Order: sequence, then structure tokens, then C-alpha cells
Amino acid sequence: METTYETDVDIYEDPPLKVRLRKMVATSWKTLKSNPNLMIGSIILTVMVGIAILTLLPTASTVARYDPTELAVSERINGPSADHWFGTDKLGRDVYSRTLHGSKTSLYVGIGVAIIVTIVGVTLGVIVGYNRVADNIVMRVMDGMMSFPTLILALALVAALGSSLTNVIIIIAIVDTPAMTRVVRAVVLSLRERTYVDAARASGASTKRILFLHIAPNTLAPVIIQASIFFGGAILTEAALGFLGVGTPEFIPSWGNIISSGREFIRVGFWIAFFPGAFLALTVFAANIVGDGLRDVLDPRLRGEK
Amino acid sequence: MTTTTADSTISQTDSNTQSPLLEIRDLKVHFPVTEGFILQRQVGVIKAVDGVNLTVNSGETLGLVGESGSGKTTIGRAILKLENATEGQILLNGEDITQSTGNRLRDVRRHLGMVFQDPFGSLNPRMSAGNLVGEPLKIHRLTTTKSDYKRRVAELLKIVGLNSMMAGRYPHEFSGGQRQRIGVARALAAKPEVMVLDEPVSALDVSIQAQVINLIKDLQTEFGLAYIFIAHDLSVVRNISDRVAVMYLGKIVEIGSRDDIYNHPKHPYTQALLSAVPTANPELERSRERIVLEGDIPSPLNPPSGCVFRTRCPLATKECSTQLPELQSVSGNHRAACIKGDWYESKNPVPGSVSEET
Repeated sequence: METTYETDVDIYEDPPLKVRLRKMVATSWKTLKSNPNLMIGSIILTVMVGIAILTLLPTASTVARYDPTELAVSERINGPSADHWFGTDKLGRDVYSRTLHGSKTSLYVGIGVAIIVTIVGVTLGVIVGYNRVADNIVMRVMDGMMSFPTLILALALVAALGSSLTNVIIIIAIVDTPAMTRVVRAVVLSLRERTYVDAARASGASTKRILFLHIAPNTLAPVIIQASIFFGGAILTEAALGFLGVGTPEFIPSWGNIISSGREFIRVGFWIAFFPGAFLALTVFAANIVGDGLRDVLDPRLRGEK
Repeated sequence: MTTTTADSTISQTDSNTQSPLLEIRDLKVHFPVTEGFILQRQVGVIKAVDGVNLTVNSGETLGLVGESGSGKTTIGRAILKLENATEGQILLNGEDITQSTGNRLRDVRRHLGMVFQDPFGSLNPRMSAGNLVGEPLKIHRLTTTKSDYKRRVAELLKIVGLNSMMAGRYPHEFSGGQRQRIGVARALAAKPEVMVLDEPVSALDVSIQAQVINLIKDLQTEFGLAYIFIAHDLSVVRNISDRVAVMYLGKIVEIGSRDDIYNHPKHPYTQALLSAVPTANPELERSRERIVLEGDIPSPLNPPSGCVFRTRCPLATKECSTQLPELQSVSGNHRAACIKGDWYESKNPVPGSVSEET
């Protein structure tokens, strides 16, 4: 074996951003191609996000055709036609425009909840997984929260906090956090026994460094899967709250409150509830198959990395 | 032994005094065994390490050998405070490190390095080789600028025989031997004085073992490191060690220079261990006498009275169950813990005598 120690060594430099980005795109594309679930789900979600973004822009009327709050009392409960593709509701508002604008609310809620739950759940899960005292206190509270049916707890919180878009996001996040914490905690309990955690401790790493640099990044795969499931779940919960009339206020169209307003006319005008319902079902379906696809893609690689 | 002065810092190595670099005094590491769900009560104690005294001088290699469960790994982990000592002291340059916490503990660990047995589990799969090797530099703030840091990481990789351009790769892209080299580079990063090598080659291919052993030996000459080399492969230990300590059930049963242990083993357990190693010469192999031990190592939950080895010892008599054998000098620094005065001289060939050629 050669033992020449040189001090002037080639220094490794990270490849430029452009190269790294290109590599990332290439790997993502390969992953998508190998997994039809992930592909279909991503396409549907991308279309939904595209719609939501288009309705946000000042040119929204070119896509959504009508103002979602514009009343036309003479055209109440008209079926689908060339003018009103999805028909009109009890106040003559265009259901097509309302459904498109409703996607914003649903996606806000889905993404907002997924982000909050991930941040809070991972932070709490990592801490309770590592500290037995915190574990006993926090997890008993979480158990208490989990013992309530999701919707009942959400209803109680809406009653306490009032219903606005922000509140709905916060409330659903509160309801979902215990489940995420549990998932992360379980992963951390197994990760903390890994040799590389000992190795980091032996190098002098602080507990904070070990938790957030060595343990948290390795919980990524189950967290991403869980987050995509919560994304779909949050949209459903928001719709359920809207349907019960306690979700987002009616002047903000959301799939939930459009369905709710169509409920009483289901026999004379099925379209009011049907179209937003179809969008809702499609989005939640897409979120779930993306979650399934991610599970397939992320798990075997993790097994290979051990 | 010199005593610790209040303001002594471990970084000051006083070469004039004869105080050893690392000294373990009467170390005990016990693990409580508890039962019950909410109200836990202690039902027993596992004495993983039970009263061990060791010294390591700078630049020397101490081999620790013994069966699984003899406590050799626990000693290594206790030195880095990965396990807490129940009793006893571990002195690094005269300072007791068993009670260190917080920043003091971090500074203590800068002087210690550890290489782990499992090259697959000991590297965080989400960190690149460069970041793994550079982590101690960041923790102890040993480099000031980013380019300084990168140069040092590249240098470390080069020292352990890896291409410095591999810094951007992740652990799963390396082979077992390469991963262990990364582990060695990481242990070396903070320029430690003592390295604990916990079976660093037992998970590797035999051909790779020799490479890594040679690397470890070269690094010792290069940087004057003191090694505590934990292994159960007696040939490897013979190859690398200056002194060897043989452990059985949490106690040291024999300690001495390498040649004392391998050429004149005094303790019946050491003799049995050595006779279990096959030799490469078939004629010798057929003619040599083997000491076959019966049964397993007893449970450390309930160790035998008197001499812990007496349940499997071919020489054991009644006195062995009542008398506690102390380490007593055989010749010079060669000490063994056995009450049988008439030391049995083994005529077996020395195992590992062919290992230099592998």
C-alpha cells in the first residue's frame, strides 16, 4: 500500500447548480416513468395547481369565464349549457367558475396543512423520540387528541376559534399533528440506536446537532408519504366542514361549501354538487396515489441504503 | 501516578512525567435490568465491565481480546462516554473524564477517536463522504474558512487512501473497505491522541482486512496515535498490538506484552483461546494439542463465585469457587489472574505467526 501523504490535494468542489438541477430533473423523470401511479397522480395534481394559479391571476376571467360571486337571479338552477358549462346554482352563479375558484381554497388548505403538520410533527416527533420525559408528557396529550374522532374535534375547534380560511387550516393541522408525531417518533426510536448516531456523539456532536442533522433527515421518506396522505385528507376534512356549514365562509367558494349549497337541490339540479364533488374526488384520489407511489419509490431505496 | 491539578487541561501532554496517556482505574460498567411497565423495579444487574485497570501510553497499541460478551466493546464505549461508568475513573492526561458533561465533554472527545465495527451502519446515509469526514472539524471549529475546511477534508481523504474527488459521494456508493476508510478519516479529523478501534476489520473481507490494518499501522507511525484495538481475531491482534489484555466476563484475566501473551500464555483461558486458532501448517495442525472449552460464557447477570472462569476451566478445583483471583505478576509487566501457582506451559504453536504474510 502506498503511503505518500501530500498536502497539496485536489479539492472537491460541488458541481455547479445547473449540473445538479439537470441531474435532479433527470432522476425525477426516471422515477416518474417507472411508477404509473406517481405519474398519473402528479399530472392530476399539477393540473389542479395550474387551475388554482390561473384563477389567482388578474386574467382569471379568461379561464373561469364568470365572476364566482356574480349573481344572476333570473338564471337560477339552470342545467349545463354552452354559457354555463357546469350549470348555475340557486342564486344563478356559474358553477364552473365557482368550482375553478374553489380549487384555490382546497389547495391552500391541503398544502398549508401538509406543511404545518410536517414542521410541527417532525420537530415534536424527533424530540419525543429522543427524550423519555418529553415522550411521556407529549405523547399522552397526543393520545388524548387522537381519541377524538377527527371531525368532532375539528367541529369543536371551529366553534372555539371561529371559521375563516386560516382558522380552518390551523384547526385541521392541529387535528392531524398527533398522527404525524407518532409516525416520526416511531422512526426516530429505531434511528437513535443506529451506529452513526453513536459515531456522531463520539465526534462530540451536541444533542441538537444529532437530532436535526443526523436523525431528522433520515425520517424524510415516511414523512413525505405521510404528508401527501394528509394533503388529501385535509382537503376532504375542509370539504366536510364546508358541507356542514362551518368551514370557510360562503363568500369564499370552496368545493365543500359549493357541494353544501347544492345539497338541497340535488333532485332538481344535481350539477351544483356533482361537478365540485368530482373535482374533489379526483384531487384526493390523485393525492392518495401519489402517496402510494412515493411509498413504492422511497421504501426500496431506503432498504438499499442501510 | 501523578495527581490532577485543578487547572490542568488535557491538551497539555507533559512528556517528562511517566504518567500514561490514558489510564482506566477500577472501571465498572453495570447495566440495570428492570421489570414492570409503569413502576419499574430493578431485578438484577449486568456487570458488563467489572473492575478493570488498564493503561495506554502514547504511541502504543493495546489489544483487547475476548469472546462476545466479555465486555471489551463496553470498555471502548465507556472511554468515549457512550456508556456511563458506574464506578471507577478514566483518566486522560491525568484528568478524570467520566464526569465530564456539556462543552467539557465535547473538548474531551476531541482528543479521542473511535472507529466502529459496522462500516455500513456507522455512516449516516444522507451525508456525503466529505461532510462525514468534515463533521468533527465543524463541531470543534478546527477550520476557519470554507476553503481551509475543504482542503483539510481532501487531505484527510487522501491520508486514508481515498481519492479526494470522492468527497461528494454518498456512503452507499462505496464498498465496505472504502467506508471503513471514511470511518478512519472521520476519527482522525480532530487530530485525536487516543483512538478506540472497535473491531475495525471484522466486517471486512480478509484481503481488505490486511489493507485496512496496514493503513491503521501507518497512521500510528505518522501521527503517533495510541490505539485501543478491540478484536476477537487473535492473529490480527498479534499483528498490530504492542501489549494485549485478555478479557473474560467483564474482567481482565491476563495482560502483558504481545510476545508474553502469545508465546507464554499463563492463564488457562488465554491458552484455550490461543489453541482454538488454526495454524497454516497442516502437519503442525494435526499434531498439536487443543484445549476445548465446554459450554458457553456464563450469564453476566449471575456470574460464578470466585474465579469467573472456573465453570469452564480444565484446571479448576474447589478453591477456585471461593478465592477471588487477583492479577499477579508472572514476569515483569506480564500479569495473570489465576490462583493456580504451577503455571501450565503451553507447547502449542503461536497462532497468527503466518498473518504477516497475508
